[in-house]
Amino acid sequence: MKYVDEFRNGELARKLTASIAGEALNGHRYELMEFCGGHTHAISRYGLGDLLPHGVNMIHGPGCPVCVLPIGRIDLAIALALEHRVTLCSYGDCLRVPASHGLSLLKAKAQGADVRMVYSISDALQLAQKNPQQQVVFLAIGFETTTPPTAVAVKQADALGLMNFSVLCNHVLTPAAMLAILANQAGERLHGFVGPAHVSTVIGSRPYETFAFDHGKPVVIAGFEPLDVLQAILMLLRQINTGRAEVENEFTRAVTPDGNRKAQTLMDEVFELRDSFEWRGLGTIPHSALKLRQRYVRFDAETRFGLEYRTVPDNKGCECGAILRGEKRPQECKIFGTACTPDNPVGSCMVSAEGACAAHYTYGLKNRFQRRERRGAENAEKIQE
Amino acid sequence: MKLDFRHGRVEMCHGSGGRAMAQLIDELFAKLLTNDYLAQGDDAAVLPALPGRLVISTDSHVVSPLFFPGGDIGSLAVHGTVNDVAVMGARPLYLAASFILEEGFPLAELKRIVESMARAAAAANVLIVTGDTKVVEKGKGDGVFITTTGFGVARDGVTLSGNRARPGDKILLSGRIGEHGMAILSQREGLTFDAPIISDSAALGGLIEAMLDSRADLRALRDPTRGGLATTLNELARQSAVGMMLDESAIPVAPAVAAACEFLGLDPCYIANEGKLVALCGPQDADKLLDVMRQHPQGQNAAIIGEVIEDSHAFVQMTTCMGGRRILDWLSGEQLPRIC
Repeated sequence: MKYVDEFRNGELARKLTASIAGEALNGHRYELMEFCGGHTHAISRYGLGDLLPHGVNMIHGPGCPVCVLPIGRIDLAIALALEHRVTLCSYGDCLRVPASHGLSLLKAKAQGADVRMVYSISDALQLAQKNPQQQVVFLAIGFETTTPPTAVAVKQADALGLMNFSVLCNHVLTPAAMLAILANQAGERLHGFVGPAHVSTVIGSRPYETFAFDHGKPVVIAGFEPLDVLQAILMLLRQINTGRAEVENEFTRAVTPDGNRKAQTLMDEVFELRDSFEWRGLGTIPHSALKLRQRYVRFDAETRFGLEYRTVPDNKGCECGAILRGEKRPQECKIFGTACTPDNPVGSCMVSAEGACAAHYTYGLKNRFQRRERRGAENAEKIQE
Repeated sequence: MKLDFRHGRVEMCHGSGGRAMAQLIDELFAKLLTNDYLAQGDDAAVLPALPGRLVISTDSHVVSPLFFPGGDIGSLAVHGTVNDVAVMGARPLYLAASFILEEGFPLAELKRIVESMARAAAAANVLIVTGDTKVVEKGKGDGVFITTTGFGVARDGVTLSGNRARPGDKILLSGRIGEHGMAILSQREGLTFDAPIISDSAALGGLIEAMLDSRADLRALRDPTRGGLATTLNELARQSAVGMMLDESAIPVAPAVAAACEFLGLDPCYIANEGKLVALCGPQDADKLLDVMRQHPQGQNAAIIGEVIEDSHAFVQMTTCMGGRRILDWLSGEQLPRIC
């Protein structure tokens, strides 16, 4: 597969990891956050953690759209499907996220709700066109990457005068989440960010400058292929070792300083900032999410169906919040791999392939053993008591 | 009046046990799947004594779409079951077939499906000796569901089972993975590629005969259907209470399948196959077995993809193309819509 295999070359990986090992100073700790779930997935999927020298730690960020959706937002989607009897279209990842009352969209489907998995919002739009009598709602989630397609679909629906199509909008903004991370306790010990890949193709590299210049945290924007990630880690180590804090771009094949102006214009035309939005783990962050502008408000499912958002606390045992803030690792959660597994997720981070817990559980042998060993030790203590 | 196979549709009466059902059986099933046992028209087929241990397997087929590049539900219903019999080291001989038809289903499509079954059965050298037809009301089925039960006879002296894997055994794969699942999915999603992805649906009896003839020290054979290679290896590892260590770069994947998986965010190791097998073989015979497989048309792309290791946790692990390690876990949840 040309243009992909080049970025998964084992020989180059060996050279890069040797350079990283050479760059890492003895006894020095490098706490690096990969913001995006796409990077988290690549790190786990290709076993990159094994290739990094001692002292270089990757901390998983909140850049997994499914993970940061709080329970209350999924509840809204379920209410639309079960109570308002709409056809609810969603990306596959969202279907299994646990919501209130032991429900998920998949479980609602089993109860008779019309929930459909789609690959893109245009599938939902087509469904609305084909079934004019049925209200079709698209559960729109994601950072700046998935926002432009939603904008396009809303404009199309507007042009077509499609009155049975609407969007439950959960689009959120990357820079706002990065700021929230820095304001939390994990932000203190972070030495740098591996910056988003696809998000940056849209917003460009400039929005990250504040993190480098004002907060002194180096940012290296990186593609989602494993070699991209290794190269970005090397670039971060070099910045840290030389006392620099800059925005560097490893992903020059797709990211420019200004990003995709056309997509930005489109987003600006259709969306405006919400005053505030609740994130799982990060709490309520002002100006961190988007809603449809007044001009398009008739395509806003929250308005059309008179939905009212209600905050719902996470499951007590679930550490998704601390994990999303970078304060804890998945295996530090008490229910990781025991009560909470990909087959039976308690928190959203165990659902999506980009979620830190799912990635650790699915790919990481060591993670499971650490968990088992700790559990074994705990049991042993109990027995001794 | 004869059945109208051009414009006619399945009606409730075709499953009611009356004259209409008898007509459907006579003009379609008995005519196309012709053999002496079926022709007798009794409630059950009386078969001659088998020269060895009887091997039975049953499988329901609910694929959607019913017709896909490289096959259809008819051929799939034959291949799926004869392969389950054959991987036990047996020669499949007979099939029983049960059809659940949805009212309103076009008879023309049903005929295409039964014709395809007849061809697949002939190619696999099995006879469809008994069957059943039921019709459900419109909206209560999805066109056609087919359940087949296969009967075969195990080769003397051959005992294959998923519980026989031992540390050191080599893991062989007969060819490129993910073709059936991606053929179905690309059809469903309207994805097109320069070269269309064709399902690998096929009977594996010939390849398995050649492998058994080689007298290699085979422990187990299994066809990695639903859940793909990853699921099959996890099943085998659990059954034998061993671990496995795979080499990702050794696993053959066709470029179009790899590209489609990349595009949809899927892992080919979890995508269904319908004409591939995994073989576990004692290390001393692995190279010999690989040669034999590669000489067979269905094993041209065969490869040794890893080995069995000691591991009481029965983890299937993989050295990634980047040199790191990861688990190749059981499939969790549902990766794909109905595919087999």
